[in-house]
Amino acid sequence: MQRKMVTIDGNEAAAYVAHQTNEVIAIYPITPSSPMGEHSDAWSAMGQKNIWGTVPTVVEMQSEGGASGAVHGALQTGALTTTFTASQGLLLMIPNMYKIAGELTSTVFHVSARTIATHALSIFGDHSDVMATRSTGFALLASNSVQEVMDFALIAQAATLRSRIPFLHFFDGFRTSHEVMKVEQLTRNDMKAMLDDQLIAEHRKRGLNPNHPVLRGTAQNPDAFFQSRETVNPYYLAAPDIVQQVMDQFAEQVGRAYHLFDYVGAPDADRVIVLMGSGAEAVHETVDYLNTSGEKVGVLKVRLYRPFSVKHFLGALPDTVQKIAVLDRTKEPGAVGEPLYQDVVAAIREGHQQEEIPFTANPVVVGGRYGLSSKEFTPGMIKGIFDELTKASPKNHFTIGINDDVTHSSLEYDPDFSTPEDKVFRGMFFGLGADGTVGANKNSIKIIGSETDNYAQGYFVYDSKKSGSMTTSHLRFGKEKIRSTYLIRNANFVACHNFEFLKTVDVLGYAVPGGTFLLNSPYSAEEVWDHLPRHVQKHILDKKLAFYNINALKVAKETGMGVRINTIMQTCFFAISGILPREEAIDKIKQAIRKTYGKKGEEIVQKNFNAVDQTLAHLQKVTPPDILTGIELGSSLIPEEAPDFVKNVTARLIAGKGDEVPVSAFPVDGTFPVGTTKYEKRNIAAEIPVWDASICIQCNKCALVCPHAVIRPKVYEESHLKNAPDTFKYVKAKGKEYTETEMYSLQVAAEDCTGCALCVDICPVKDKTNVSRRAINMEPQLPLREQERKNWDFFLTLPEIDRNRVKQETPRGSQLLEPLFEFSGACSGCGETPYVKLATQLFGDRMVVANATGCSSIYGGNLPTTPWTKNAEGRGPSWSNSLFEDNAEFGLGFRLTIDKQKEYAEELLRSLREEVGTELADAILNADQSTEPGIFEQRERVEQLNTILDTLSSTEARYLRSISDNLVKKSVWIMGGDGWAYDIGFGGLDHVLASGRDVNILVLDTEVYSNTGGQASKATPIGAVAKFAFSGKPLGKKDLGQIAMSYGNVYVAKVAMGASDAQTVRAFMEAEAYPGPSIIIAYSHCIAHGINMTYGLQQQKLAVDSGQWILYRYNPLLKQAGKNPFKLDSKAPKVPITDYLYRENRFKMLTKSMPDRARELADRAQRFVDEQYQYYKYLADRKLTPAE
Amino acid sequence: MKLNTRYLGFELDTPLVPSASPFTRDIDQVKRLEDAGAPLIVMHSLFEEEILHEDAELEHHLSHGSESYSESLSYFPDHPEFKQSCDLYLEQLRAIKETVSVPVVASLNGVTTGGWVEKASLLEANGADALELNIYHVPTDPAVSSTAVEDLYVDILRAIKGRVSIPVAVKLGPFFSALPSFAARLEREGADGLVLFNRFYQPDIDLETLEVIPGLNLSTSAEVRLPLRWIAVLSPICKKVSFAASSGIHTAEDVLKVIMAGADVAMMTSALLKFGPEHLAKVRQQMVEWMEEFEYESISQMKGSMCLETVLDPKAFVRSNYMKMLNDYVYKPGS
Repeated sequence: MQRKMVTIDGNEAAAYVAHQTNEVIAIYPITPSSPMGEHSDAWSAMGQKNIWGTVPTVVEMQSEGGASGAVHGALQTGALTTTFTASQGLLLMIPNMYKIAGELTSTVFHVSARTIATHALSIFGDHSDVMATRSTGFALLASNSVQEVMDFALIAQAATLRSRIPFLHFFDGFRTSHEVMKVEQLTRNDMKAMLDDQLIAEHRKRGLNPNHPVLRGTAQNPDAFFQSRETVNPYYLAAPDIVQQVMDQFAEQVGRAYHLFDYVGAPDADRVIVLMGSGAEAVHETVDYLNTSGEKVGVLKVRLYRPFSVKHFLGALPDTVQKIAVLDRTKEPGAVGEPLYQDVVAAIREGHQQEEIPFTANPVVVGGRYGLSSKEFTPGMIKGIFDELTKASPKNHFTIGINDDVTHSSLEYDPDFSTPEDKVFRGMFFGLGADGTVGANKNSIKIIGSETDNYAQGYFVYDSKKSGSMTTSHLRFGKEKIRSTYLIRNANFVACHNFEFLKTVDVLGYAVPGGTFLLNSPYSAEEVWDHLPRHVQKHILDKKLAFYNINALKVAKETGMGVRINTIMQTCFFAISGILPREEAIDKIKQAIRKTYGKKGEEIVQKNFNAVDQTLAHLQKVTPPDILTGIELGSSLIPEEAPDFVKNVTARLIAGKGDEVPVSAFPVDGTFPVGTTKYEKRNIAAEIPVWDASICIQCNKCALVCPHAVIRPKVYEESHLKNAPDTFKYVKAKGKEYTETEMYSLQVAAEDCTGCALCVDICPVKDKTNVSRRAINMEPQLPLREQERKNWDFFLTLPEIDRNRVKQETPRGSQLLEPLFEFSGACSGCGETPYVKLATQLFGDRMVVANATGCSSIYGGNLPTTPWTKNAEGRGPSWSNSLFEDNAEFGLGFRLTIDKQKEYAEELLRSLREEVGTELADAILNADQSTEPGIFEQRERVEQLNTILDTLSSTEARYLRSISDNLVKKSVWIMGGDGWAYDIGFGGLDHVLASGRDVNILVLDTEVYSNTGGQASKATPIGAVAKFAFSGKPLGKKDLGQIAMSYGNVYVAKVAMGASDAQTVRAFMEAEAYPGPSIIIAYSHCIAHGINMTYGLQQQKLAVDSGQWILYRYNPLLKQAGKNPFKLDSKAPKVPITDYLYRENRFKMLTKSMPDRARELADRAQRFVDEQYQYYKYLADRKLTPAE
Repeated sequence: MKLNTRYLGFELDTPLVPSASPFTRDIDQVKRLEDAGAPLIVMHSLFEEEILHEDAELEHHLSHGSESYSESLSYFPDHPEFKQSCDLYLEQLRAIKETVSVPVVASLNGVTTGGWVEKASLLEANGADALELNIYHVPTDPAVSSTAVEDLYVDILRAIKGRVSIPVAVKLGPFFSALPSFAARLEREGADGLVLFNRFYQPDIDLETLEVIPGLNLSTSAEVRLPLRWIAVLSPICKKVSFAASSGIHTAEDVLKVIMAGADVAMMTSALLKFGPEHLAKVRQQMVEWMEEFEYESISQMKGSMCLETVLDPKAFVRSNYMKMLNDYVYKPGS
C-alpha cells in the first residue's frame, strides 16, 4: 500500500496518532511537549475526527498534576485517554501513574523526554524525567527517530490495550520532538487494523458505571496489600511478548520491523554499545562506518525498557561480544551506576545464574553518561567509546562529550572524526529570530522532502535570549536514510542571513573546502569584500568557497516584505544549491508560499511571489580578490576589570564556546555571580533613544518604562563633570529640592538597548515647534555607538544620589534610584520587566526573590548572564527559582527563615546585652524599620554589633554573628507570571496569602502562558485567541485580586504602569510597607498579545480606559483606621471594549477566523467589564461601619 | 403619487436611498431599511486599506516573535483559514442579496490602481447589482498636478470598468478645480453614475495632547447646498450618467431640492443614523404630502426642473449668488 510521505517533526508525529486513537486528551503546556497538545487542540477545534469517527475532547488543565488526574478519571470511566508531557510535568504525573498502572489501565502517555531541574533548569533533552518513572509500573517504550515516533505511538496504543499495562512512549526532547524529518505517514486503516475493537470494548467495560457498580481505589492493610500488589505479575511477565507480537503485526501491516531490542552491526562484534533514544541512530551510523573499515562493533537499541525482558535482551546481543558500554542519558548521583547500566549488569548476571548466557566469553560491562540536556553526541564521541572498549580495563562510569577535570570521568575523543558525509547535502543557515529564516528552512525541507526522492532532515537551534536572538538551521538531504542525530559541523552550504553575525560568530568555520557561502549584506557584490572581517575573507580564500552576495533587505523593502527576508534567502538557496532545477525550485517555492500564506490573503502571496522574482536579479556571485583587506576583530569584548569567573566562564559561554568549558570551572551547587548582563554588549538596536535636554521636563517616565534599564537619569554636583566626554549631555536639575549646582543627565546605554522605543512613546513632551519630536527620539545606533559607549562609561562614574533626598513614592523620584535589574534578555519592549526593575530600585538592596519558572525566570536566570545585579556597596537582590508550581511556598520559606532567625537573633542579643553594650542592643531590639532611613540606621547598628561580636568568643556570640543579618529588615518578593499565579501555583499562592506572613507577591500578568508560546491560562480574558483557546476564550478572567481581598488582611493592588505610573509606584511602596501578605497584579503587555510592542503602554491605558483592567488598591491598614480599605483608582469606562480589543491580534484574529463568534464574545466582554466596574464601584463607595 | 425614478439603470420606487453606512454590516438593519422603503441598498465600503494592510497586519502579528526562542516557537494557534476583509464583505453581500429584493450596490473605497481593484469582479460574481467606487484621495504632493489627480481617478475607473459589466458609479469629493470638465471625462470613460459628494472626514487637532484626531460629525441639512449646486451645474452637462446627491439629505425638502437640481436619487445617512431606518418612510410620507400640497404629480416632473439649464436665473448658482449672500448679510450682535 502506498502511504503518504510527510515532512513533520516528532511532536506532530506523536500527536497525529494519539489524536486519532483517543477520545479524551487532557493536557498542560510544557516545553518541549506543548506542540503535541497544541496540535490536538487545533485538530479537535477544526472538527478532525479520530478513527472511530468522533472528535476527541481536548481539555487544558491547571497543571500536569491536574492533567494526570483528569486522565486517570477519564480512564476509570472507560474513555480511551492520553496526555503529553515532559520533565517536571512528568514528575507531577507520577502519583497518578502509580494508580493507573496499579489498576492495570490501558493508556499511552507521550513524552518528549527532557532534563529535570536540579542545580539548574534546562528545557533540553535527556532521559532524567523518564527514568524517574521507572517504578510506576508503566511500560517504557523509546523511539529514536521521527518515523519511530509515529510507529511506536501506534504500537504502544495497541500494546497497552492488549497487555493492560499503561505505556509511556518517549522520544528525545528537541532532538526528536523538534527535528523535522521526511517520514511515511500511517493511515487510518493502519490504525484500525492495529487496534482491536474487542479490546477497546473491554477497556470501556472496565469503566465505572452505576449500572454495574464496583469499588476501585480501596485502602488496604498489611493483611491484603502485599498480595494484591503481586496480582499484576502475570501481566508484566506477558507484556514483552505482547509488545513483540504487536511489533510483528505492525511489520506485517506497515513493513517496518522492530524488536524489543534491535541489534545493528557486525554479527561477530566484540564491542557493543547499548543505549536508547536518538543517540542510538548516531551510533548506528558510526557502527556502519567503523565496520566498513574493519572494526567489529555493534549497537543494541533498547526499545522496550520496561518491562525489561532479560530473555530478549540476551538473545539480541551477538554471542561474540566481549565489551559492552551501556550509555545512559541521565544521571543518578550516588547509585552504583545509571539505570540502564544497572539493568544490563543485572540482566547478564541473571543470565549467568540461569545459565542462559549466550556469550562465548563473559563480557565486561561499563556504563557511561552522555548527552545530558541535549549535549551533543557525535560520531567522534562514539568512536571514542569504542576505542575505550579496546582497552583491557575500560573506564567505568565514564562521561563522554565533556571535559571532567575534577573526577576525571570523561573519555578522550577526536572531535574532528566524522562518518563519511559526501553523499549528504549539509546546509547551515544563520538567521536573526525575526527574519523568518527558520520558517523558510522548514518550507525548504518540505519542498525537498516532497518533491524529490531525497530523505530530508531539519534541526533548529535557538539562543537563550528572547530579543535579537540568532537561529541556526541545520539541514541535511540525501538519498539514504539520515541517522545523523547531531548538529552539522562540516557544512557544504553556509548561509549567513545577518551581516553582523560575521563579527560575532565564526560561521565559515563550519564550511568545508570547496563549499558555498551565501551572504545577506547591505553591500553590492563589488563592495562587500572590503567590509568582511579578515577571518571571514581568510576562510573564503583558504577554503576556495563559492561566494554569493545579496542585499536581501533591499529586495525585501522594495517588494514590501519589510524585514522578512525569508522568502528571498530561500530563493537564493535553491538558486545556488542546485538541489532542484532552478525553474522547478521557483515553482515549488511559490506553491509553498501559497500554502503558507494563502489563508492570510492573496496580497501577501503576491508580495512573496514578487520577492521571489526580484531575488534572482539581485543575487550576485562575488569574485574575491586574492588579498585580505578586512579588519581583524578582537578576541573578547569582556573588559579586563571583569571578575575572573566572567572572563573564564561567562565570556566563553557568550562566545558560543561553552562546550569547551571543563567541569572544574563551574560552581558545584548552581550558584552564580550577579550583574553579568553588562558584560554582554549585544548591540541589537538599529535605533536608540537620544535625549533632547533642551525640552526635557525631567519627569523620568522614559526611565520608568524602559524594560531593559538602559535609560538612566542622575542628579549630581556639577563638579563631577570635570572629566566628562565632549558629547556628554547635562542640564541644571529641575525642582526646588535640588541646588543651583546640581546637574541632571539622562544617559542611554546604547549597546544594551533593544530599540523598543517605549520610552519615546511615553515621553509626555512635544517640541512646541515640531510636535513629532519628543524630549527623547530614536536615531540610528551605529553612528552613535562609540560616542555613547564613552558617555555611558562616564555616566556610571557619577555618584548615585542620596536615596533619602528622593521622593521614592513618585515615578520621578523612584527613577533616580539605581536599578538592580538591567539589560535582560527579555523581548524588546517587554511589559513585565519595568515592574521588576521598579521593585529593585525601591527595595533592591534588601530583596530576596523567589521567581516562578516562566519568562521572568528565563530572562532573569538563563545562562550565560543575569540581569540581577548589585550596588556599589555590594548589596542587591538575591534570587532563586525553584519550580513553576511551588513559587509562593518557596518564597514563604524565605520569610520563615528570616522571621525565625530574626527571632533567634533577638533572643541571643538579649542574652548578650551586657557584652554587646546595652545602648546598642536596645537600639537594635527597638529599632523602627518602617522607613528606609530606619532600615539604614539599623544596618549601621548591626555592622557595629558584628564588629563587637567578632571580638567575643562565646558560643552565643558566634551563633548571633551567623544570623545577625536578619536583624535588618529584608524584603521578600515572590514573582511570576499568570500561569503560575492563576493556575499551577494557585493553591500555594492562596495558602501563602492566608499565612499572614510579610511577603510581597508580584504577578506579572500577561494573561497567557507567554514563555511556552501563548497557551491560555485562567487569566486569559474573554474573546482572546490562544493556544488551547482556539475559538476565543469563552469565559472571563479569574478575579485573583478579589480572591485575595476576601481574606481581609491581604494588601491587594491591581496596576498598569501605562495607565497610571503614580498609582503603580504607590502600590509598590504600600505593598512592601504592609506588614503582612501583599499581592500586586500588574498588567504586562506581551508579544503574545499580537501588538506592536512600541505601543504596549498605550494598550495598558486602553485596557484601563475601557474597563478591561480596573486599577485599585486594597489596604487592610485603612480598615484598621476605620476607613474603607478599598480605593478604586480607575474611572468609569470611557471607551467601548472593542476600542481596546481590536488593537490586539489575540482578539482581532477571531474576527477573521470566526466573525460571528468574535461579535458574540465582544458583546460578552462588554457586559463583563460593565458589571465588573459596577461591582468595584460599589466596593469603593460603600460605607463601612466599624465592627463592635 | 409617482415617486419612481431611474438610477444606474434600475427602476426605483422612490428617489430616497440610504447611502453607504454601517447599517449594512447588520442584516437586521438592512431588512429594516428595505421595510422602510429603501428602493436600493448601498453597502458600506470595502476599503483598500482593509484588503491590503489588515491582512498584512494579521500575517505580521501571527509571525512576529515566532521561531526565535526554543520554548515559544509561535504565539498563536495555527488556524487553517482566515477570512479576509474581502471574504467577510462578500459573505455579507451574499447575505444581503438573500435578504432583500431591491438592487444591492457594493462599495469599493481606495486611492490606487493596486491589487484591490481585482476585487471588483468578485463583487459582481457574488451578486452585486452595481458598484459604487468611492475614491478618497487627499493629494499632498506638490509634484502631482490636478491633471495627474484626475488621471488617477480615471485609471481606477477604467481598471474597474474593465473587470465588470454591472453599472459603476463614482463617488467624488468636491475639491476639483474644473468639475464639469472632469465629470464629462468620467462620463466618457464609462461612469454610469456620479455620487456627489463624498463627505471628507475632516481631522481635528486635540490641543491638550497635540494629536491629530479623526473627526466624524453627522451632517446637517445645510450641507446639502454643495451637492445641490453641483448637481444643478453638472446634470445638464452629463446627460448619460445618473446623479445621486449625497451629504446633508435629512428632510423631504432636502430630497425635493436635489431632485429639482437634477439628481436621480437622494442619499441619506446621518438622519438615518440619528433616527433609525424607519426615518426613510417618514421622509417619503413628507415628500408625498409636499408634492400633494404643491400639486406635483411625479418625481420625473420635477427632476432637473431647477438645474443650471432650467432655472430662471442660472447666475444664482454661480458667482452672483456669492455677491447676493454677502449683500444680504447683516451683523446681529450675539448671533
